[in-house]
Amino acid sequence: MVHRLEDDQRLPQSRLTVFAVVIVVVALGLLFGFWRMQVLETRYYSKLAERNRIRLIPIIAPRGRILDRHGHVLLNNYPSFSVLLERDSPQQVQAYLPQIAAGLGLDPAQLAGQVSQAAGLPRYQPLVIKTNATPADIAFVESHRADIPCLDLLMVQRRQYPPDDFMSHVLGYVGDVGPEDIARSKGRFRPGDVVGKTGIEREYNNLLMGVDGNKRVVVDSRGRVRGTLGETPAIPGHTIQLTIDENLERVAENDLAGKEGAVVALDPRTGAVLAMASRPGYDANEFARGITPSEWKQLNDDPEHPLLNRVIQAQLAPGSVFKIIMATAMLQSGIPQANYHVFCPGYGVFYGRVFHCWDKYGHGRVGLHGAIVQSCDVFFYNVGQQLGIQRIAYYARQLGLGRRTGIDLPGEEPGLVPSAAWKERVYHRPWYPGETIPVAIGQGATMATPLQLAYAIGGIIDGGVFMRPHLLKSDDPTVEIRFPLSPSTVDAITEAMYGVVNESDGTAAASRIKGIQFCGKTGTAQLVSDQERKRLGGGARFQDNAWFVGFAPRTDPKIVVAVLVQRGVEGAETAAPIARAIIEAYYREHWPQQYAYLAPPANPAKPPAAGSAQADNN
Amino acid sequence: MRERVHTADLDWVLVALVCALCLLGLLELYSATEHAMAGMVWRQLGWIALGFAALWLLSRLDYDWLLDHAPLFYLLMIGALLLVLAVGRVRFGARRWVEIGGVPFQVSEFAKLVIIIVLARFFMGVRTDRLTLKDLLKLGALVGLPLVLILLQPDLGTALTLAPIAVVGALLAGIRWKHALALVILAGLAIPVAWHFVLKPYQKARVMTFLEPQKHPLGSGYQILQSEIAVGSGGLWGKGLGKGSQNQLGFVPVRYSDFILAALGEELGFAGVFLTLLLYVGLLLRLVQNARQAKDRAGMYLVGGVTAILGFHIFVNSAMVIGWMPVTGIPLPLVSYGGSATLFVFMALGLVMSVRLRRYVN
Repeated sequence: MVHRLEDDQRLPQSRLTVFAVVIVVVALGLLFGFWRMQVLETRYYSKLAERNRIRLIPIIAPRGRILDRHGHVLLNNYPSFSVLLERDSPQQVQAYLPQIAAGLGLDPAQLAGQVSQAAGLPRYQPLVIKTNATPADIAFVESHRADIPCLDLLMVQRRQYPPDDFMSHVLGYVGDVGPEDIARSKGRFRPGDVVGKTGIEREYNNLLMGVDGNKRVVVDSRGRVRGTLGETPAIPGHTIQLTIDENLERVAENDLAGKEGAVVALDPRTGAVLAMASRPGYDANEFARGITPSEWKQLNDDPEHPLLNRVIQAQLAPGSVFKIIMATAMLQSGIPQANYHVFCPGYGVFYGRVFHCWDKYGHGRVGLHGAIVQSCDVFFYNVGQQLGIQRIAYYARQLGLGRRTGIDLPGEEPGLVPSAAWKERVYHRPWYPGETIPVAIGQGATMATPLQLAYAIGGIIDGGVFMRPHLLKSDDPTVEIRFPLSPSTVDAITEAMYGVVNESDGTAAASRIKGIQFCGKTGTAQLVSDQERKRLGGGARFQDNAWFVGFAPRTDPKIVVAVLVQRGVEGAETAAPIARAIIEAYYREHWPQQYAYLAPPANPAKPPAAGSAQADNN
Repeated sequence: MRERVHTADLDWVLVALVCALCLLGLLELYSATEHAMAGMVWRQLGWIALGFAALWLLSRLDYDWLLDHAPLFYLLMIGALLLVLAVGRVRFGARRWVEIGGVPFQVSEFAKLVIIIVLARFFMGVRTDRLTLKDLLKLGALVGLPLVLILLQPDLGTALTLAPIAVVGALLAGIRWKHALALVILAGLAIPVAWHFVLKPYQKARVMTFLEPQKHPLGSGYQILQSEIAVGSGGLWGKGLGKGSQNQLGFVPVRYSDFILAALGEELGFAGVFLTLLLYVGLLLRLVQNARQAKDRAGMYLVGGVTAILGFHIFVNSAMVIGWMPVTGIPLPLVSYGGSATLFVFMALGLVMSVRLRRYVN
């Protein structure tokens, strides 16, 4: 039914009422929407608003310096700039990426990958896209501040490792923290943190690593800083002092230069490591800068194993140095008696097999003293036969072999002291008495690290007090293990080792030092038997390892030095002179007037590293 | 007998509501622009003063005269919109502005006013209480032409505001259910066509952002997200004028105009939003009341059209601020900054006053 309407006729009022109701209903609906956001969910939005406006600018804590025992700087930092990418508006960032990659010389794909990987991190947390920025990089960032607002620079202190691989194994190096370290750190490490990877850097990472601070700034929607809310200053890492004597360290490193081997000098009274060197070395700066996988592979596959810290990781037959262990076992156990003598015709027959002495003409009638001085193998074959493998193993372990010394460095190897139980466990075969004979002269399965030999000899000459070797100076004095030896044992061993250097027929008589009671024991450890070497062609690869473990002075020794020169042929020829140089340097340093006559080392010590020169001036 | 028109007979309740809303707007405008764009408050105050003058002038004008000249206005409007397309100034990527005496004017704002008058005249001419199909087609043509011209500027938001005038008018005039249903279906079919041939890429992006905000949280959804954060973080009582970080640090997009409610919601909280919407509902219901009292159908359609377009602005803008509607560039009447938009609202209210002052049928 359609009504005809006049111009001034009005419409049914009900239609306007519906209109009014619709207005009220829509308004109520909107009010509900605002209520939900502003009252029910306000905490969520407040958090988002906070995150929007607050940006954390990291303040990287510098790592602590590392000093030697006299306070000379061994390892310092240098200021460097990192390029930061602010990720407040990722869309904007995406647009700039190609330009940034080109400007900083980065791989665009890698940069994009890094950015997308960080998508899960809070947006106010900037991303380090380039470390060690060059002056050109810094200029690029500074000159594009206006048109690429998402770039920033961050000053960080980076490690400056000494040149010439100096102390590379002891100091270790730093690198970006790995995922497994983050997981293990219980929240202490965060992605991007720089932590110690090896050596002292790793061992004392907790001391060296500071706590990063940050600056909380308010930024506007364009990322411009509008004000500072607060600042948590960075807590720099602790400076730590090592027991290392930079002077001795330099002598050790210089004398090892070009060789393959290791040197360690200990203070037997405390266990303090005075010098520790391993060659070949590596440039830790390359690691700190970030090493590529191919560089890593190259270092790792190098047949000379430059990454190995031979002082604690080279497990080798100790050779004749082991005779000191044998002698101690003999004197302590009384098997055989202290006045035991044998006749050495240049060989001995044991269990139906001929065992040669190193001197094929023989040593004639020898007792313990002579056998050590001249390093008579036949004497110790007999001692070994009488002692038996069980006693040898017992004493070797008590005297410090076959177990880690517990030095404060990661990756120490335990060495090996063979025994019947060991053979049974590893090879499931019984121990044959004939196997004891080579063990008695430090061959066979016996393995020791240079540190273990210095530790063992140092403990023996100190009357059986074994001080745990350590590198951190504040650890003085340290843990000791006591295995008391009778004074007569210690005297006899000391006298014999004195004779090795100072008697005319001693194996290291050439290394005698005028005015210093320098004692020691040489060692020459075969890698393969003589026959075997001939069969293999006798190349340098299978040449013997040269050992020397020495100490001074004769009574109340202050320093014990173990030297290993791999493929060094003869301990007396190659290893003993290095030990001698270190002992000389030690005396010159402590009593300069008294020992001024000692000739300076053949190849003069290089000028100290740049870092330490600066510190000396300070 | 001559009608007696007295200024004292103006709807003072309506004027009070308008003043309150303007005040609220100026307050938030001051807070949002005091550091960055000082002077906007004074300019807006000037527009409001001008608006009141226009309101008073229009209230004196007999709306019958306006209705009589509706065809002329319509032709002028079409001409002006064509002119804008031809010589208008490009601002924010759209050709919406012409300068009149050095002042930029948005012609489309005045197109809204003309459409209200033209449609009132049209519905007045419908002599039944049910719309025929022919009526609907005429209505569609009348609204469609300027709508397309505004869409070409391009200004989707303003173009859309023309629709509610026609819709509310049709509902008041009595649309048939089957016609309404057919129109809804037709609109449904028109959407894909519009998507492919009419909408600009940025408009598509806005719609997509609205439909899938999670997919664009940091891209085109940034504006909506920041607006929501501002509103939500305001809480019940707000952070205080001048203390909203979203607002003051520029995270809220166009915080002085389209998103002023987000800024207000952040600084004055739910309480402020509640007050604002309460004032608006009061304003709209007061307008409906005036529509009821109109002396004839034409007057009722005029007031109804004004109510429809203002209500559309208010509700769409509020919904946009909390992410319920895509960003379409529809300002909040009387509160958002803007000369043409403010002037339009006052002139529309002037029309209402003109109808009111002549409500007594003698």
